Amino acid sequence: MTDKVDIGALAKLARLEVSPEEMKKLETEIPEILAFVDTIQKANVSAEAKVPELRNVMRADDNAIESGTYTKKILDAAPARDGDRVAVKQVISRKK
Amino acid sequence: MDLSKLTISEARRALDTKEYSALDLTSAYLEQIAKKDGEIHAYLEVWADSAREEAKAADEMIAAGKSLPLTGIPLAVKDNILIVGRIASSASKMLENYRASYDATVISKLKAQGAVFLGRTNMDEFAMGSSTENSAFGLTKNPHDTSRVPGGSSGGSAAAVAAGMALAALGSDTGGSIRQPASHCGLAGLKPTYGAVSRFGLMPMGSSLDQIGPLTKNISDAETVFDAIRGHDENDSTSAPDDFYPAQALKRVVGVPRAFVEKGIDADVLALFNATLEKLRTAGYELRDIEMPNLPFSLPVYYVVCPAEVSTNLARYDGIRYGYSAPADDIAGVYAKSRAGGFGPETRRRIILGTFVLSSGYADAYYRKARAVRDIIRNDFEQAFLSVDCVAMPTAPGPAFTIGEKTSDPLAMYAEDIFSVTANLAGVPAMSIPSGTVERGGKKLPVGFQLIAAHGNEAALFTIGKEVEKV
Repeated sequence: MTDKVDIGALAKLARLEVSPEEMKKLETEIPEILAFVDTIQKANVSAEAKVPELRNVMRADDNAIESGTYTKKILDAAPARDGDRVAVKQVISRKK
Repeated sequence: MDLSKLTISEARRALDTKEYSALDLTSAYLEQIAKKDGEIHAYLEVWADSAREEAKAADEMIAAGKSLPLTGIPLAVKDNILIVGRIASSASKMLENYRASYDATVISKLKAQGAVFLGRTNMDEFAMGSSTENSAFGLTKNPHDTSRVPGGSSGGSAAAVAAGMALAALGSDTGGSIRQPASHCGLAGLKPTYGAVSRFGLMPMGSSLDQIGPLTKNISDAETVFDAIRGHDENDSTSAPDDFYPAQALKRVVGVPRAFVEKGIDADVLALFNATLEKLRTAGYELRDIEMPNLPFSLPVYYVVCPAEVSTNLARYDGIRYGYSAPADDIAGVYAKSRAGGFGPETRRRIILGTFVLSSGYADAYYRKARAVRDIIRNDFEQAFLSVDCVAMPTAPGPAFTIGEKTSDPLAMYAEDIFSVTANLAGVPAMSIPSGTVERGGKKLPVGFQLIAAHGNEAALFTIGKEVEKV
């Protein structure tokens, strides 16, 4: 079904840096795995598939947790913080 | 006490009659770990001090006559289940130093019973794998033959129980990760019905597939642990209300999908499977050959659905909120470098695969098609359970394989899951039960017999499983 899988594009979508060696390996492995899973195309799903009964799980729309209850716990896990905030690097950068 | 044979029920009796104390019991396990785990490497961390404190608290409960089924019982916990204040790493560099900020619901339930936590066990990174070789912190060896893997992904949990280094353990099962290591290590391993056990505090991998369950020496112990951890949890919206599935009367019929079972399986494992079926017939069960024509699609469907869910679930590990964070100039760089440095090869492979099957232009042919085929697989099970209590299959196509045998071939590793993924796709409960041994290289290796029941019918697994257990 697929002629060429663009691993570089997928890695970019997945926000994953991939080394040239790994890229080469994945370029053979991923198509092999896809050729295997492609056997699902042979399944006959035209027969009326029964959709499992779905339920909505709701809770009252009020503030279940007082603001600040978990602030310290959450910040303790963060790699970098700035006061009561998680610190991150620049999001939008000027073109170099 | 003989730790290689001790069961929860026997320990319960001995603790309640004060034959030995919970502290004695925990100390015996800690000694065994000190003696054996250097070779096996089932544990990533052992909590000797807190385990002794928990054992002392259990002794007080017992002395006060407030003993519960798991009071003072020493357990091992898979490294992807959160215990507040403890490191939970999912055997990944990504979470090497991550400390849980809350207890998983299963842990709260076990704490309320006065159970003792010995330590956290090794696993395939983020529960992806069938051999525990994908751990970032070294492999675990099979106690029955240390040149072989214990199975996976809950391989550390299985090896710990099999080597007498824990009385029981918690694992998680997305495509066989409790049952296959149970099979390879000679244990009972239960994957409960989807929704039977809360996943709050379990690191998610495939959210439509994951369940927490026990690895134990026998079925009665599996039942005890399951009863302790099951139940609705408002913190997990996928957990089912307690009376969601009506009780089902036993028909005393076991179904066998012959055409599916007989392909790609070792001859002596198939012979053992057939011999176990005969035992059930002798015990008064009717064996019925059944057609489940869509089962052969289970493995390919699983390796679309699972990576798709992995790629979305693991998006949370981005180097910003917790876990490993690599320095970079901008936020996109932090994401890409943290994920490259934190994730191992199999995890990266599945993220790429999942990204592909969900990508625009391919999602219809792969992800949506797989969802549709999953529905007809589920229908095959529903049809079967109209006339049988359980569907019987081997747990895995062979016994434990040698270390390194399948690491270079992802598809060979995936093939280990051929019989076990079926139950996860259908959301039905399944259990691996020890059913004898086969010989490889002069060593006797355990082989599991798998029973699969209808949604909510764990009772049938326990009842029929106990017949299999009787020699």
